[in-house]
Amino acid sequence: MSATFTVGLLLLLSLVGYVMGRSRAVTVAGGSIATLHSVPNYYGSYVALWAGLPALVLMLFWMALRGPVMDWLVLDGLSQQQIQGWAQVMLPPNDLQNLLSNIADETAALTETHRQLLLINIKNLAGGQALYVNPAVVESIQPAADHLRNLRNLSDWTLFGAVAAISGGALAFCWARISPTFRARNNVERVVTWLLILCSTIAVFTTIGIVLSLLFESIRFFTKVPLTEFLFGLHWSPQTAIRADQVGSSGSFGAIPLFTGTLLIAFIAMVVAAPVGLMSAIYLSEYAPRRVRSLVKPVLEILAGVPTVVYGFFAILTVAPFIRDLGAVFGIPISSQSALAAGVVMGVMIVPFVSSLADDVINAVPQSLRDGSLGLGATKSETIKQVVIPAALPGIVGALLLAVSRAIGETMIVVMAAGLQAYLTLNPLESVTTVTVQIKSILVGDQEFDSAKTLSVFALGLMLFIVTLVLNVVALRIVQKYREKYD
Amino acid sequence: MTEIAEPMQAAAPVSASFHTGNAAMKRLRSRYAAERRFKIYGILAISFACIMLVILLFTLLKGGVSAFWQTEMRLEVTLDAAIIDPQGTGNPADWDRGALQTLANNAIYKEFPEVEGRVEKRDLRGLISPVAGVFISKILDKDPSLVGQTVQVWIPTSDGVNQILKGGIDRTLPEAQRPISDKQLAWVDKMEASGHLKTAFNSTFFTSSDSNYPELAGLFGAAIGTLLTMSVTLLVSLPVGVAAAVYLEEFAPKNKLTDLIEVNINNLAAVPSIVFGLLGLAVFLNFFGMPRSAPLVGGLVLGLLVMPTIIIASRAALKGVPPSIREAALGMGASRLQAITHHVLPLAMPGIMTGTIIGMAHAVGETAPLLMIGMNAFVTQAPTSLFDSSSVLPVQIFIWADKPERGFVELTSAAILVLLAFLITMNGAAIWLRKKFERRW
Repeated sequence: MSATFTVGLLLLLSLVGYVMGRSRAVTVAGGSIATLHSVPNYYGSYVALWAGLPALVLMLFWMALRGPVMDWLVLDGLSQQQIQGWAQVMLPPNDLQNLLSNIADETAALTETHRQLLLINIKNLAGGQALYVNPAVVESIQPAADHLRNLRNLSDWTLFGAVAAISGGALAFCWARISPTFRARNNVERVVTWLLILCSTIAVFTTIGIVLSLLFESIRFFTKVPLTEFLFGLHWSPQTAIRADQVGSSGSFGAIPLFTGTLLIAFIAMVVAAPVGLMSAIYLSEYAPRRVRSLVKPVLEILAGVPTVVYGFFAILTVAPFIRDLGAVFGIPISSQSALAAGVVMGVMIVPFVSSLADDVINAVPQSLRDGSLGLGATKSETIKQVVIPAALPGIVGALLLAVSRAIGETMIVVMAAGLQAYLTLNPLESVTTVTVQIKSILVGDQEFDSAKTLSVFALGLMLFIVTLVLNVVALRIVQKYREKYD
Repeated sequence: MTEIAEPMQAAAPVSASFHTGNAAMKRLRSRYAAERRFKIYGILAISFACIMLVILLFTLLKGGVSAFWQTEMRLEVTLDAAIIDPQGTGNPADWDRGALQTLANNAIYKEFPEVEGRVEKRDLRGLISPVAGVFISKILDKDPSLVGQTVQVWIPTSDGVNQILKGGIDRTLPEAQRPISDKQLAWVDKMEASGHLKTAFNSTFFTSSDSNYPELAGLFGAAIGTLLTMSVTLLVSLPVGVAAAVYLEEFAPKNKLTDLIEVNINNLAAVPSIVFGLLGLAVFLNFFGMPRSAPLVGGLVLGLLVMPTIIIASRAALKGVPPSIREAALGMGASRLQAITHHVLPLAMPGIMTGTIIGMAHAVGETAPLLMIGMNAFVTQAPTSLFDSSSVLPVQIFIWADKPERGFVELTSAAILVLLAFLITMNGAAIWLRKKFERRW
């Protein structure tokens, strides 16, 4: 019994509800449809909506909550011996010692990481993927796996029953309510309006979700690593020791090298993108003949549409070797993961973004200002430099800020073309790393969920979110204010 | 626009006036020079963008087109029944498919009977793909009756031979820098001279999934993954996005709350995509316990990512429908919802569709958030459901770009070409829609 089946049932009942509601409306109208309050279709929609929606809501809640609830139930059902049996095989000696000293608390003795590991073992076993489970622990956790399988079955069947009952009940109730005086259209429209409102708040919920999830995990991180060390520390090496006696993995979380690396690459990108983007926008909107414009615009649109992973590949395949070889010609050693290569390619990526935003603001400058200036005898470039650009300045600044925010948040180019080692340097010819590179490299690969290393990702994400948010809010404000001024 | 007067070329009468004197002429000349310089800067900026695009496309085409071809070697493979079917049941399920590689190796030993010794033989079988058995296996699946016969089979060459023959690696390089030795090169030349080598269309590239061997790696799995992921994205973002746009544009009262929603949507559109990945990791994977690497989760994350784009585009399209349409409908006795669903939405549809396609094109190329939710898994089979582990095209490109073999560099470029072709088609469709249905009121 899968979820697809339940969804199918729901759709079927809604469809049946529509047909039944519609035909009932026609029947109660007794041959003259005009006596009905609403068109028959609305009666159908009314029954279908109520047969579908409440059960759908139930189903979504159920699906969302059943995972955590079942995990909890399964772990709760494990006996002391079973946990011990599993731990003796799977845990390193130190952790095992810790666990055994308070095994009386049963699952509470497990750390979060071990709990996850245990759950993964149980789930694999229950899901028929015994292949991934150490055969030595199968005996200990087989009962739990059976328990989980039973719970899953039970959950699926209960859900199916509940959905069938609620949906069918609602269908019958609504069907019975249909009469010529029943205001079906108003009812349907009210429901639809509420649905529209709900949809428009999803964006807000997304933001709340982002903020909460980042904040929550960041706070956990800051209980392990002080905020001041994170913000002002000069050394970043997130490798924490797995064993206490391990060498060379002290785990230090000073994010300053990441911030300087990010800003360095973003700066190089802007050095490329700002002049090129602005000048091409100016040329396109003020000078270019129609034909040139219709040729160049698609080029910029294609550049804007190229996925960033492609730019990243371009950087490692073409630009970085080119820059390295160029350096070699002049006898300057340049790292093959230099900030310069990543920055230049990122700049190329941002050019169309800057140019299209700048194009908008330049076009928003009223023609009368240009005409006035030209009428006084100024040349075109003088008009642009002394009238159009000053008038469009706030908009241009806003556009550039948005571009900076893009450059800071860009991931794939730097992941592929920039380095991994966090060096504190402002030399564009050396390799630096960025916030996004660290997020990616820490999260991809093995992860344990309560180590400072993994949690540091969320602190970095939070910084990234806050910085880009501030940039965006300021930039959008400026752009909007400015637009209103000339409207 | 006012035309600028041409520089006065005719010799102006010499006078002491501020506006006509020699100094004035000089000033004027320098002003026009500045004007020309400024224009040249603009042309340079545009040329820079165009040249970058040309270099980008040229590199990809140069490196990628050859991946659509694969060199194959004709060998006489003896499909020895005793080796393939040691139990003699005749049932394909009982075949020893691991032994097929040995058969391919035996076939190439037979071509060069003079080659003896373990090292020599190893070099010799280095000419054909180390996974040649898989290709023989496919042939046998198509026609099981071939077991026991000796057949002529075209077998893909190894990556090194493939690259040398297609010119991806210069054969005049010193031996140490080449993937194949001088001796192997001589064998290859001999095979080529006797017509045992051909370059065929690399259909594996379109029909198989990821692999550690470039000759066996293909885009099919990633393409199916992209298809599944994008269906979820579309199902999530289009209805919700349009509904939100309709509410905000047509129903919402102007108050603090709707202002907040609006600011929120604008900001969400500019949040770095990797942050959406973190959201997916924290909420969908860790909190709701959804499966890692699944198209379902990828689709949901990308759906949230493109939703602001769709809302903004849909609002613009709705705004473009003149109020007279609504008023006429309301005047005829339609309810507000009827006026919108029957009249305004259909008229705004082209705009909404254009925005949606552009948003989806953006989502198709998105990589970073998908890495966060583990869609970079090594998946050798196409996903069959929304819950299977899967990869998507851009992530596949990212994975291949990391691999050192020359064959994968080629495959990466080819995969990018496929992705770009896809994106350009999508964007072209958007532009066509806009052109075709664009209406001026």
